[in-house]
Amino acid sequence: MVFCLMEGNEAIAWGAVASECRFFSGYPITPATTIFNTLLKLLPPLGGMCIQGEDEIASIGYCLGASMAGLKVMTATSGPGISLCSEHISFAIGSEIPIVIVDVQRLGPSTGSATRGADGDIQFLRWGNSGGLPVIVLAPVNVKDCYFLTIQAFNLAEKFRCPVFIASNKEIAMTRENIDIHAIAKPEIIERSAPPPGKPFVPFEISSGQLTPYFLPIGGNVPVRQTSSTHGPDGYITTDSDKIAEIQERLKAKLVSSVNGFSFHESYPEERADTLLLTYGVTARAARDAYKAQKKYGKPVSLLILKTLWPVPQDLIREKAGNARRVIVMEMNLGQYVREIERILPDKKIDFLGQMDGRLITPHRIQEVIAHV
Amino acid sequence: MSSLLNTGRPPVFCPGCSHERITHGLDKAFQNMGLSGEQIVIVTDIGCSGLFDTFFHTHAFHGLHGRALTYATGLKMARPELTVIVTMGDGGLGIGGAHILSACRRNLDITLLILNNFNFGMTGGQFSATTPSQVQVGSGFLNRLERPMDVCRVMSSAGAAYAVRCSSYAKDLAQEIENAVRFEGFSIIDIWGICPGRYSQRNKMTPQIIEDSLAKLPSRTNPIPENIRKEYGRHYRELAAEQTPVSSPAKIETKFHAPDFGRKEVVILGSAGQRIITAGEILCLAGLTAGLNVTQKNEYDITVLRGACISDVILSPEEIGYTGITSPDIVLALSQEGVDRRKHLFDHLDKNALIIRAEKIHLPPCNAEVQQPDFKAHKIKSSDRALAALSFLSKLKMVIYPDMLESALAHRFKDNILASALDLVRRVEGLGA
Repeated sequence: MVFCLMEGNEAIAWGAVASECRFFSGYPITPATTIFNTLLKLLPPLGGMCIQGEDEIASIGYCLGASMAGLKVMTATSGPGISLCSEHISFAIGSEIPIVIVDVQRLGPSTGSATRGADGDIQFLRWGNSGGLPVIVLAPVNVKDCYFLTIQAFNLAEKFRCPVFIASNKEIAMTRENIDIHAIAKPEIIERSAPPPGKPFVPFEISSGQLTPYFLPIGGNVPVRQTSSTHGPDGYITTDSDKIAEIQERLKAKLVSSVNGFSFHESYPEERADTLLLTYGVTARAARDAYKAQKKYGKPVSLLILKTLWPVPQDLIREKAGNARRVIVMEMNLGQYVREIERILPDKKIDFLGQMDGRLITPHRIQEVIAHV
Repeated sequence: MSSLLNTGRPPVFCPGCSHERITHGLDKAFQNMGLSGEQIVIVTDIGCSGLFDTFFHTHAFHGLHGRALTYATGLKMARPELTVIVTMGDGGLGIGGAHILSACRRNLDITLLILNNFNFGMTGGQFSATTPSQVQVGSGFLNRLERPMDVCRVMSSAGAAYAVRCSSYAKDLAQEIENAVRFEGFSIIDIWGICPGRYSQRNKMTPQIIEDSLAKLPSRTNPIPENIRKEYGRHYRELAAEQTPVSSPAKIETKFHAPDFGRKEVVILGSAGQRIITAGEILCLAGLTAGLNVTQKNEYDITVLRGACISDVILSPEEIGYTGITSPDIVLALSQEGVDRRKHLFDHLDKNALIIRAEKIHLPPCNAEVQQPDFKAHKIKSSDRALAALSFLSKLKMVIYPDMLESALAHRFKDNILASALDLVRRVEGLGA
């Protein structure tokens, strides 16, 4: 066997390089900084760029410029920095700028605890943009996921021309683990698509059957327009309500209608189980231990680990919930994603196990909740 | 070259707005330089200056208030051959202050036109960073409390190598713009103008007043001699080309068998400066040399050279789920504050657990066996005790073997540091408990 010893942040950096990301910009913040540190070693020798912004607003702003110039881009921060990025997240959504944004979550609110883990930003990532249009959020469980889901994140950002978040957590990001990185089957790398030749380029024009416009870079041979204003297909500000409605509906539909194609998850169904454990992120590790222990003691439960959180993979959740009478949702906050589960599974008994004190939820605690009928 | 003005979208400024003169000045500068539309990107801010990109047949990027320079930076880094022009008002100057100061320090080849008309025209004529204290604007008495900013003085203090001011009505405006664009580095023109919709409704403002005001200010040499230096993008690419490529992450092949005791959980309790995290990493690397699964979860305070520092390491032939440790097999107790931070851990230790304790560490009552190597007698200093404790542990042959440890050190260190680490772990040989 050949292993590497790597923390989640390093795996994200390597995943970015494997995705052909060539531009990273970030501002130092625990627990995300080691992504920056790693990419500073990796990108410049490849002809790529790694830049330290004067703040998180600038860091993501640099990325938006570089992305429109045709590069694959990424920034990484934590809750306080994501808060600052909000206006540029909205921009990337509305103006269809591909970017991967890593949120290495730490205990909030506010500056909170820099070296303690949490999953406190899960609804914030979804709703922290003006306009409230959907985003894609992927959540890794371990170092391997950090690598694999980063590649998927780049592919989704390119394919759908949108921001894609990786909702990491200090407890994955800065925990080292063995990883056989070369054994991970690398997905095919997706690029944004250029328009077919012969027609004048209209930057936000959609042909029938397309979900996203074709892309040409700023700086190429054809002048390209980009704008944060409400625009029509030509990239000029518009007040035409029909055009506006059409573009907003498409921005929503392009992600929501496609989520079944990228509902990453792990599922451990048990035929006799009346209870389904449902979780994501680092808590999935404890849930897996609890699942194994329950099975060993002859009281099996099913387990569903979501790795795509947004758009909510509703079909997947309904299917996996199947005949379970009870669903236990576990997360490192005081109740965020559980709201989605309550909404999707109104006929199930939904129990919640949340914790927001910087400590991991233990397998023992999960088993206590399972036993508490 | 012909005009790059977008005849389908003529300027829509208020009658008498000096922005219109700047639009034509900019177009003339492009023509004089022989630039075509695809060689230029116009990056615009918010407010009336934010309309500029729509008047030209060039690449265009219009974004959020104050952030135009951030997009321009990304564009220029990605496309060094592109001529990057940023238009921003005195409003953008204020809200984007951090970005402008950084651009001055960085010296990336971008030209910033500050369309300075001394108020926020679009939102009702509120005061900006350049509004004089004595004038009447849309912010009541508030501008009387603040002092306007001298753009060129601030920019040159921040490191800008090129910062000039001129009037929108200057005959040589196109030449001023061309000079700035031709400068290889960050260049700023603070262009003073009249906002007929707001500012000059209540304050007397004419081209002559602008000219007289500018004439009263000290003249400056441009480029600014003390700030002349390499252009950032060029310099970045030079230094990047000198960096050593890293082809793939460091790999560790399995070459040993681990002690056959199954999963082992080790907690290292120490303080910042004792190389606790490095010791945890070495323990993991040692595990990898025997093909074990490993996790290392660390806990420390935000202070760098002070406070408790703890590493939780699990080595296991099976996949590792939960990475926390509640009842460890081994505890390395190397500092009092580390032990105190996890004092409840000791309640959970059973009699099979082993504590390797440094001298003078007080332990809470517990059932575990305690061994105390004589670090002091062997002159092993505090910062080496974590590694020494690992060596001591390897000799007990419960978690790792000495050859696994030495192989891990060879992976982690090189040259002199490796030699001294190997010397240290070998010195621990026979360190009596």
